[in-house]
Amino acid sequence: MSEDVKLANVSMDFGKFRAVENVDITIKAGEFFSFLGPSGCGKTTILRMISGFIDPTEGDVLIGGKSMRGIRANQRPTVLIFQNLALFPLMPVWQNISFGLSVRGVDKATQRAKAEELLRLVDLHDAADKAISQLSGGQKQRVAIARALAVEPKVMLLDEPLSALDLKLRQHMRAELRAIQKRTNVTFIYITHDQGEALAMSDRVGVMSNGVLQQVGTPQDIYNHPANAFVASFVGENNVFAGKVVSAESGFGQFETEFGRFKARLGPGVNLGSTTAKLYVRPERSTLNPAQPGGNEVPVEVMSLTFEGNFINVLTRDDRGYLHMVQVQNDPGGKSVAPGSKMRMSFQPTDGVVLGEALQRKSA
Amino acid sequence: MREIFRRYGTTLSAFIVALPAFWLLALVVLPYMILFEYSLRPYLPFDQLGGPSDVYSLNNYWTFFTSSIHVKIFFLTVFFSSVVTAICLVLSYPLAFFIAKVAKPHNVPTLFAILLIPLWVSEILRSFAWFIVLSYHGPLNAILEGIGIFSGPVRWITGFNGVMIGLVYTYVLFMLFPIYNAIQALDSHQIEAAEDLGAPAWKIHWRIVIPHSKPGIASGCVMVFMLSAGSIIVPSLLASPGSRWFTEVVQQWMFESQDWNTGSAYAFLLLVLCTSFVTLMMRLLNVRLVDIAK
Repeated sequence: MSEDVKLANVSMDFGKFRAVENVDITIKAGEFFSFLGPSGCGKTTILRMISGFIDPTEGDVLIGGKSMRGIRANQRPTVLIFQNLALFPLMPVWQNISFGLSVRGVDKATQRAKAEELLRLVDLHDAADKAISQLSGGQKQRVAIARALAVEPKVMLLDEPLSALDLKLRQHMRAELRAIQKRTNVTFIYITHDQGEALAMSDRVGVMSNGVLQQVGTPQDIYNHPANAFVASFVGENNVFAGKVVSAESGFGQFETEFGRFKARLGPGVNLGSTTAKLYVRPERSTLNPAQPGGNEVPVEVMSLTFEGNFINVLTRDDRGYLHMVQVQNDPGGKSVAPGSKMRMSFQPTDGVVLGEALQRKSA
Repeated sequence: MREIFRRYGTTLSAFIVALPAFWLLALVVLPYMILFEYSLRPYLPFDQLGGPSDVYSLNNYWTFFTSSIHVKIFFLTVFFSSVVTAICLVLSYPLAFFIAKVAKPHNVPTLFAILLIPLWVSEILRSFAWFIVLSYHGPLNAILEGIGIFSGPVRWITGFNGVMIGLVYTYVLFMLFPIYNAIQALDSHQIEAAEDLGAPAWKIHWRIVIPHSKPGIASGCVMVFMLSAGSIIVPSLLASPGSRWFTEVVQQWMFESQDWNTGSAYAFLLLVLCTSFVTLMMRLLNVRLVDIAK
């Protein structure tokens, strides 16, 4: 039903520009895998290499263990859902869905039956004869998914298909996509710049920057154990401290900053004496206390509060002018912090992590 | 209309409206009405104009339908204009697709320049040039003999060949540009999506690109057909003894027989019959006028 996808040391050059450098990863059969990164990081290029619109400059794409070099998009067991969906506006919904079947010479009655079956799968029962222009954004999304599923792909590629939807619908479609993927057990490769989407839907996430794969892991891994500064700052918020590592011992170290020494975890590749590494602490793992010296603490003054419903974002400033964000739970019964009050921001050694810089392209 | 007056003031608005009105009424509608009036009156010696025999009738139109030679020439003109239209379509579609979707964007201006420069030369000069190129002892035969494709010279300007070559060359761009515009407006992702869903190249064209470019194809066909059927210079210059074009008959009535009345009737018949033919074809191919106007 589904196949694995192996990117074997894949690089892609456009003229002198290297869009993707040496990506080496295997996406398992039946997995929901996301490439997450800012625009221009090379994730769309990866998708186009898997779908067969472009061939990598170096390395190879293997689907189900078979090299795809020289095999055109219309011969690969993949199907791509475009960012703008690229539905065919001149055909009614059912012909859109059955397009892949009709070019394979399947007879009209079977095409129609398959289209209606898929419309039921994506919960669009009576839309078969509608025109594409009559559909709402979410319905178009479903038609695009049905059209892709009609050709029974081994691998489904999705190019930020949710980005045009409003927030409510986007969240709904996330769950829907995930459910469809589980039901059909097709390998999904999803690309997005939206960390929320990637974390919520994926079995594993690959974070990309500047054409280089920075980290691959489960959503929990990516968020809780970022491999470097880029991953930490692209996925979630952080309070950042510059400084240097002055001692290292079994995964933990002393990090010397302007505010004194903090004990924190050391990220991958961070060693004693490292000066380019920085200390990252998540706002929700930071706490505000009245005076209580000792440990990982920074004296701060509360600047402003942003009420978010279930939690409150407290913006604070230390005596050197750096801003830090602390997330506190909304407690209707308890007393809240007031702007102007002097507090101490603190964090547990396990919640702070010292990380090195992002991986860079070797070539220009 | 009121919005235009509010936005640009009375003087400028009146000018903006008056200019196209003048163009349309004084330069298009009025001459046609005069010709139409001519066509209904008999051809009379000068001293009998306004006399008792100067009455309206359809006799001039009747002249056409009773002349089997003229009817035959009309149908040959329609037939060969259709052939010219078909040849232009077959040549233009791949080229339009290439420029719109395959060529690198920075090469497109160069390609357009190459296509457009011949259009700067007047139609008469181009037809003369073709006459020279295609003549029996002309350069084309010399080259073909020189590289050994033919052993002796070939008579190119025979039957309607010369006329068709000339018309295709003169009007092919009127086919190319509407189709180019239509294909260019097609989202390239649709082509990719069709390929991704397994369609081979010809099915991508048949199911996606051609349906999308149908308005452009239709307007190109209408233009090339009407221009070809109404052309006079090319059929006169590249004619062979066997190829008479309907416009030549009109010219003959007007300038050789000095009979403007019958000539006008023939000109009107050409307009009406060609328009009917185009309308019929559009009906058959399921194209609407609004598609063409896009």
